[in-house]
Order: sequence, then structure tokens, then C-alpha cells
Amino acid sequence: MVLPEWLAEPGLNHFLVVSAILFSLGLLAVISRRNIIMVLMGIELILNSANLNFVAFSRYGLLSIDGHMIALFVIIIAAAEAAVALAIVLNIYNRFGSVDVEQISELKD
Amino acid sequence: MDLSAVAFYLFSILIIGSAAIMVFSKNIVHSAFALMFTLAGLAAFYALLYAGFVAVTQLLVYVGGILVLILFGVMLTTRGYFEKVRTRTVNLLPSTIFAGIIGMLLIAVFVTTKWAMNPMEDGEVTMTGLGELLLTDFMLPFQVAGVLLLLAIIGAVLMAARSHPPQQKAGSNPQNAGRSPSGEPPES
Repeated sequence: MVLPEWLAEPGLNHFLVVSAILFSLGLLAVISRRNIIMVLMGIELILNSANLNFVAFSRYGLLSIDGHMIALFVIIIAAAEAAVALAIVLNIYNRFGSVDVEQISELKD
Repeated sequence: MDLSAVAFYLFSILIIGSAAIMVFSKNIVHSAFALMFTLAGLAAFYALLYAGFVAVTQLLVYVGGILVLILFGVMLTTRGYFEKVRTRTVNLLPSTIFAGIIGMLLIAVFVTTKWAMNPMEDGEVTMTGLGELLLTDFMLPFQVAGVLLLLAIIGAVLMAARSHPPQQKAGSNPQNAGRSPSGEPPES
């Protein structure tokens, strides 16, 4: 079986295409789901697709070891964001009794 | 077709398939576990791209930390048993079309652009190099990230600790008794 050349050897474009598909799936989760935690998971997916781009460009492009450092900082900030966001979600659940983003429409009582 | 190509296609199928399960599943616990497979597959991708330290960090922080946080969030904010853990999906058709158009545009831009190529050799990035860079060129972001993590921990603990249960509020303030959107107190 003879494979075409673009299929046989994964290059930069292959990783970029995977990252674009991940980005659009994360965007779909953010804009179509109504549970706050699903929206958070979509944001994590988007951050991971950006991270994959950084690492792929540092492997194949001009962004050498700096891409790895930026990816590490993105992971750190995603961890901080997830901790704070989960605390906010727990507060919202205690106050409104729901995690549906359409029912959370009041800033104060 | 060498081994890295086989690994690439296997892991890309794993990543995209479980991400699709995460987005389209009705059960949020299934979504969280599908997200785990996506994150683990991405760690394998980082290892394929000669970024071993990023891969290990991804496994430790995402799969070991953030995913557990998300599962805690799911279990603390759902009432009753897990067969009731359903979430709503709205505007599925327009948002699918929108996300599909965005993805197509991204793929078109990525594939048609002539990127400047400078492929990295295996073993060019070492842990020693990363550590030295972290203490020289990236010193300021490193310290700021430490302060940010401390602030995030304190903020999360403060916010999660001073929450008031809604039935106390409803009892102390009778005007707000009918405010709960679910119509019933969350816990008895």
C-alpha cells in the first residue's frame, strides 16, 4: 500500500489541523451548553488547543524552546483559573440553586 | 509509514473522538471522563513533539488536578443521583454551523500559509535548559506566576468558605423565599 507523502509523515500542518478541530469543539461547548461546568470544560479545551499550537510551532517553526515555556505558563494559569472558577461555581450554586447560565441573571438581590 | 505517524493518527483519533463525546454527551460525568482522555492524548502529542517536560506537566496538572477539580464541581452542584445528571443544549444547529465555519477558516489559514520552518532536533530541549531559562530569561513571569497561584488559592478558599446556604437566607428574609429558580430548596 503506497500512501501519499502528506499522509505518511506528520508535519506541522497535521498538528495545526488537530488543534483547529479542538478549538472549534471547545467553542461549540462554550456557546451551546447551558451548564457552567460544561462551559468551563470548553474553555479548557480551547486553552489546550492553543497550547498544542505553541508546542507544534516550537517543534517545527522558529519558536524554539520559548514555545515550551509559554505552554508551561499557560498550564499554570489554567490551573489558577480552574480553581477560582470552581469556587465561583460553588457560590453560584449556593445562591441560586442551579448552575444553568441562563438563570443566573442577577448581580445582587 | 513509521511508528511516529501511526502514533500520531491513533492519538489524533483519540483526542478528537473523545473531545466530540465531551461536547455532545448529555451526561456531564461522561463529559468529564471524555475530557480526561482528550487531555491524556494531548500529553502524548506533546511527547511526540519532543516536549517531554510539558507532557509530564500536562498529565500532572490537567489530568491530576484540574480534572479532579471539575469532577468535584460536578458532584457538588448536582442534586440526587447520577442518572439525573443531565444538561441542556440550546441552539445546537446555529452554534454547530458557527463553530464549523470557524474551524474551516482556521484549517484553511493553517494549511495555506507558508510557515517559516526550522525543525528541532531530538534532545535539543533538555530539562536543564528549561530550568536555566526559567531562572534567567523567564525570571519575572516565573515569580509573577507564583504570586498568581498564591492569590488564586487564597481567593478560592475565601470564596468557597464564606458561602451561605440558600434556605438560611430564605428563612431570614421572607421576601426572597420565592426567588429560588428551581422552586425547591437544594438540600434539606
